Amino acid sequence: MNVLKQAKGFWFTIVLAAIFFVVMQFLINGEFLNPFYVNTLYTIGINIILAVSLHLVIGITGQFSIGHAGFLAVGAYVSAIITMKLGLPFPVALLAGGVVAAIAGIIIGIPTLRLRGDYLAIATLGFGEIMRILFLNIEYVGGASGMTVSHLITWPWLFGCVLATIIVIVNFTNSTHGRACISIRENEIAADAMGINTTYYKVMAFVIGAFFAGVAGGLHAHNFYIIQPTNFSFLKSFDILILVVLGGLGSMSGSVIAAVLLTIITAFLANYPELRMVIYSLVLIVVMLFRPQGLMGTKEITAFLKMSKAAKGGAQDGSRHTVA
Amino acid sequence: MEQLIQQLVNGVSLGSIYALIALGYTMVYGIVKLINFAHGDVFMVGAFIGFYSITVLDLGFLPSLLLAMTTCAIFGVLIERIAYKPLRNATRIAALITAIGVSLFIEYGMIYVRGAQPEAYPNNVVSIKSFEVFGIKISGQSLLILAVSIVLMILLQFIVHKTKIGKAMRAVSHDMDAAKLMGINVNNTISATFAIGSALAGAAGVVFGMYYTKIDPLMGIIPGLKAFVAAVLGGIGIIPGAMVGGLVLGVIESLVSAAGFSLWRDGVAFVVLILILIFRPSGLFGKNVKEKV
Repeated sequence: MNVLKQAKGFWFTIVLAAIFFVVMQFLINGEFLNPFYVNTLYTIGINIILAVSLHLVIGITGQFSIGHAGFLAVGAYVSAIITMKLGLPFPVALLAGGVVAAIAGIIIGIPTLRLRGDYLAIATLGFGEIMRILFLNIEYVGGASGMTVSHLITWPWLFGCVLATIIVIVNFTNSTHGRACISIRENEIAADAMGINTTYYKVMAFVIGAFFAGVAGGLHAHNFYIIQPTNFSFLKSFDILILVVLGGLGSMSGSVIAAVLLTIITAFLANYPELRMVIYSLVLIVVMLFRPQGLMGTKEITAFLKMSKAAKGGAQDGSRHTVA
Repeated sequence: MEQLIQQLVNGVSLGSIYALIALGYTMVYGIVKLINFAHGDVFMVGAFIGFYSITVLDLGFLPSLLLAMTTCAIFGVLIERIAYKPLRNATRIAALITAIGVSLFIEYGMIYVRGAQPEAYPNNVVSIKSFEVFGIKISGQSLLILAVSIVLMILLQFIVHKTKIGKAMRAVSHDMDAAKLMGINVNNTISATFAIGSALAGAAGVVFGMYYTKIDPLMGIIPGLKAFVAAVLGGIGIIPGAMVGGLVLGVIESLVSAAGFSLWRDGVAFVVLILILIFRPSGLFGKNVKEKV
């Protein structure tokens, strides 16, 4: 019975998504939206992918990674090379960006995920910076002046990627593997003692996160006409981190909501970049001081829709300070 | 050969700046287990205060240095009291995110107030001529940096090991609860740690400005991160470790530049960081501590 209900909820969501997709497609094709709004829409989609993929690493597995822009950079450059230098089609580029980012995730994840807490944070930050400096020094991709990329992003591809990311990560979270990851977040030593291969699951979550960040990188590259190493500095990592933290560490819907809201705010503050950063940082401090669990805590939006039932995904006991 | 020694001298000057910043990181981490991301920005604020006191207030080098140090100390204590103190019992990640927030706030607050344009440090504040030893030219600036750093480090060692507040700092970093039970005012001790660390960062800011002559509101990020690397390299929480780590990092960077890979210079620090974290996470001077369940 429960399975049936879950399945119903799933198909309901899919139908809603399809309706949303068709409506937006109609609005874009009919040119009812001006380019500014279309661009904001694309950025929202890319940020949702980034936030949800980082949510898997930080919110679900509890591994504090602040080098997500590194994977974004890998995906962006690899996909740009594939479309611009090799002349292959856009979908191949997206996939390749994701796969190469995932490989980078394995390479960086296996050694660094043995570290914990602050050390992991700094090591991932270092990785992100190394990636940026690497691309800065490769003449093939244009060095500091960057690389021009044609605008190949389309609404169906973007929407498909966002939907795929969300479905994969929701299903992952609710699977055995996801449970194992949550147990690592709650208490790594206890999880180890219960026979969970913590390194394996940590690397797995990290690699899946890296894959989707790479896909987001591909979309990003083909939306912005030009990619430069400075776009992927660790300020970009912080931008993604802010989305996850504000949404609530451990809440996927929270990350999505934060991504949508903050991207819209950013788009309207585009003429005042300093003011935007001042507001961002103040919000970050104030949220941490007064509501450290973020907007949604570890709850999902479904928990608010049907208050009587237990929340799907995330911690069931509604505990607030769960992320290590 | 001459070139090499020249680079070594540069590396030592650069390294002593890193060491001064790293000391603040390591002291704060040792006592509250927090990576104070805003430390690099305190360094930046110190550089600007030094700049304005030299150009606007028309002070000499030493008064400017002292002014920058005092202001930064107060600034550091303010940051601690406002942003970090309420989070002392929160999770590590909450504290870390707050630190990132404070760092961004200082950087962009500064840009918002005065704009992002860089300033050129006046280079005629101290007139020490460069001189030659065995055919190697040593600039007065790098000697000055070295002198300032050494004096401050000796002073720090004196404070930590010979004074009452230093004893309290060591006690709190060893075991905060036990120190509290022994009647040590933990809040004041933590504030004192922030004050001393920030004062060192302020001094580093002024000498950095004199050495590199260009300062801007985002200048604190990279030296701050590298100083953190230096602190980890020496073993975080260990004061002599931070000094040695800073010097080693500075020399490594200069040698990499000398070898013709100057574009990779910024990357080297992070490679060092990842290597040290993988092979010896407790740092050069650290002891391995077993984790208790």
